[in-house]
Amino acid sequence: MSAVVAEHDDHHDHHDHGPEKGFLRWIITTNHKDIGTMYLVFALIMFFVGGTMALIIRSELFEPGLQFVDPQFFNSMTTMHALVMVFGAVMPAFVGLANWMIPMMIGAPDMALPRMNNMSFWMLVAGVLLLASTLFMEGGAPAAGWTLYPPLVLQTGKAFPFAIFSVHLLGISSIMGAINVIATIFNMRAPGMTLMKMPLFVWTWLITAFLLIAIMPVFAGAVTMLLTDRFFDTSFFDAAGGGDPVLYQHIFWFFGHPEVYVMILPTFGVASTIIPVFARKPLFGYASMVYATGAIAFLSFIVWAHHMFTVGLPVAGELYFMYATMLIAIPTGVKVFNWTATMWKGSMTFETPMLFSIAFVVLFTMGGFTGLMMSVAPSDFQYHDTYFIVAHFHYTLVPASIFILMAAGYYWLPKWTGHMYNEKIGQLHFWLSAISVNILFFPQHFLGLAGMPRRIPDYAIQFADWNMVSSIGAFIYGFSQLLFVYIVIDTIRGGTGEKVTDEVWEDAAKHGLEWTVPSPAPYHTFTTPPAVIPTEHF
Amino acid sequence: MSTNGAYYIPHKAVWPVMATAGLMLMLAGFANYLNGSSIGSGMMLTGFVAFLVMLGLWFALQSTESESGMYNHGVGISYRMGMMWFIFSEVMFFAVFFGALWYARNISIPHLGEGGMISGPGRSTHDVLWPAFEAVWPTNGPGKVGGDFEPMGAFGLPFINTLLLLSSGVTCTWAHHGLLAKNRGQLIKGLLATVGLGFLFVAFQATEYYEAYHEMGLTLGSGIYGSTFFMLTGFHGFHVCVGAIILSVVLFRSWKGHFTPENHFAFEAAAWYWHFVDVVWLGLFIFVYIL
Repeated sequence: MSAVVAEHDDHHDHHDHGPEKGFLRWIITTNHKDIGTMYLVFALIMFFVGGTMALIIRSELFEPGLQFVDPQFFNSMTTMHALVMVFGAVMPAFVGLANWMIPMMIGAPDMALPRMNNMSFWMLVAGVLLLASTLFMEGGAPAAGWTLYPPLVLQTGKAFPFAIFSVHLLGISSIMGAINVIATIFNMRAPGMTLMKMPLFVWTWLITAFLLIAIMPVFAGAVTMLLTDRFFDTSFFDAAGGGDPVLYQHIFWFFGHPEVYVMILPTFGVASTIIPVFARKPLFGYASMVYATGAIAFLSFIVWAHHMFTVGLPVAGELYFMYATMLIAIPTGVKVFNWTATMWKGSMTFETPMLFSIAFVVLFTMGGFTGLMMSVAPSDFQYHDTYFIVAHFHYTLVPASIFILMAAGYYWLPKWTGHMYNEKIGQLHFWLSAISVNILFFPQHFLGLAGMPRRIPDYAIQFADWNMVSSIGAFIYGFSQLLFVYIVIDTIRGGTGEKVTDEVWEDAAKHGLEWTVPSPAPYHTFTTPPAVIPTEHF
Repeated sequence: MSTNGAYYIPHKAVWPVMATAGLMLMLAGFANYLNGSSIGSGMMLTGFVAFLVMLGLWFALQSTESESGMYNHGVGISYRMGMMWFIFSEVMFFAVFFGALWYARNISIPHLGEGGMISGPGRSTHDVLWPAFEAVWPTNGPGKVGGDFEPMGAFGLPFINTLLLLSSGVTCTWAHHGLLAKNRGQLIKGLLATVGLGFLFVAFQATEYYEAYHEMGLTLGSGIYGSTFFMLTGFHGFHVCVGAIILSVVLFRSWKGHFTPENHFAFEAAAWYWHFVDVVWLGLFIFVYIL
């Protein structure tokens, strides 16, 4: 800091020191590492909250008939499971990684707008608290599905306005986080860190941030119209007044389709960061990865009605949205080929982060292919609202986003804590997850193709066997995630006792600036910009 | 491009988390109020006041830091980027309501009145439920929701309001020129005029609403016309209020001697916001009032 600051010592005496002692440190912190940690811990807790809801769903579906919960509560569980996982677990986890890693990857001292960073975390907590409070309200939590379609969602009980305002708070949180990411990346890069030298994780987050700023206000507008339709006599979604419930679906999916890419683009970024390190090769096709990410983001805005093929669109609309959707397979294919080519003839090793990343490439591709199947409008009339859809998007979220979040955890834990995690338990966690996730979701393809609808607590007898298999997989998957919690706590408390180097992974410093600072990373990094920028991916 | 060598990393502050708590209390209170709970309005008011106070203290801290020269060029760039993308998010928010208006006029109304661009199963809504409904605009729908009403004309108060906002954009720019030329009198006069025109706009808007509700039968409940009319103009009016309050704070700071030709982010942000509000109004005047 310059002399200007020295005149105001009373305000900033802690600048070049470590964190403050005590609990208040976490509440009012503006440090990107503290905030990143809070996001990650919060996301992990929400992962188990949402996971518990998933296990309630799978318990009920273990056998045909109504066993444990009443149908209203079952529908609340499907709705809340989705909202908690999307807005409470996956998105915050990636924001946490962004907070921790982006400044370290571009050689910046912190995020560009640290106080707003603090506020966006607490807005997230406020939003999730409002959402969670609905579980205890008269009439139950929202039960109309995470898409909140009217007119069904307007029948929600006391929970309704709380759910709406929760969405507003989560939206504000995401927008502030995204603005921070953009300002950081554009304004805070170390000298020499040109845009096309940035690690792909930084690139994918930059593009994700643009998506967030464009779509979260749209969702906020949509739920605001729901609120006024319910409480202030407006007719946006009511045909008697000249409105249309289908309008809500258009607005929702204009938000919703880019939203699912908000969860997958940073996933791509982390995979592109990890795979080269363990293949000991530069990332294949760096520039094409950047352009593919941009192309996917652009396409995400012009394909939304493929979620609405059965709603009664004109044929021209069905055709347009079908072909536009198919185009997404091209940039996505570029990415899958690039990851494969990166591994091709590499001297690979299979530590836990790499195992999760390889599983991601294989299983995400499967989720992508089922997506391509559903993009065919005439076929989609068969798949729509069945378990085939459930299988599809869980393949793109669980063995993709969640697996990569686990990979990121294993990959960066030694840098965050200065300790090595237990590789044996890590590998056990991987194999249990990789096998059980397929037992859990693969049979759901069969169920869907055979006609089992989604969001029902009971089903016809012919679906019994595969539902039982799926539920068994769910419990194995769910409980094996506890191993991850054990590993995180164990690593923080010393792990294997092995002293990790700055680089942690062999030659990792060639791939990213974060491996040039000490492990654990000090409270403040890059207060002076780094002299050398890794250019390994060229 | 890169500025991180001398970037100002601010010290921690309690205001962001306190403001968040205030906002959460306000929204929880509003939700309770909507549910008919007696504690709702008190909660909402407490939260609102807390939110405003915390936000105010936060901004006061920022302006003190700014005036004592802590923010260098790099910090200024971050703030400008932040404001720019915040305004973009606001553009997207308004786009939803303009989109709803477009959709109602071009898709749902023609569809309900037979014909239109949509064929297929949806046609039966007209045939079965409302065979007598004809697609016209403005409308409160086939159910005549909210009863008879008179649509709002463009060339009374709304046209005057257009002139007011456009001239306030000019006075705002005039104030900016004064700031750049170190002419504090021009800066303060320009801002005074801008804030004055802004609040005059709000007053006229309130008059227009009063007439709509009491003489024209036009309410928020007047079907899709009333819904889109009041939501679009209402959110815009709210933004004018917020913009005018921001400009008042900038006026107060100008009067206290803040801002230099090199360092006046707050002024720029307020001006950008004001021009954004101006442009939205032009969209409203064309698509809501004239067409």
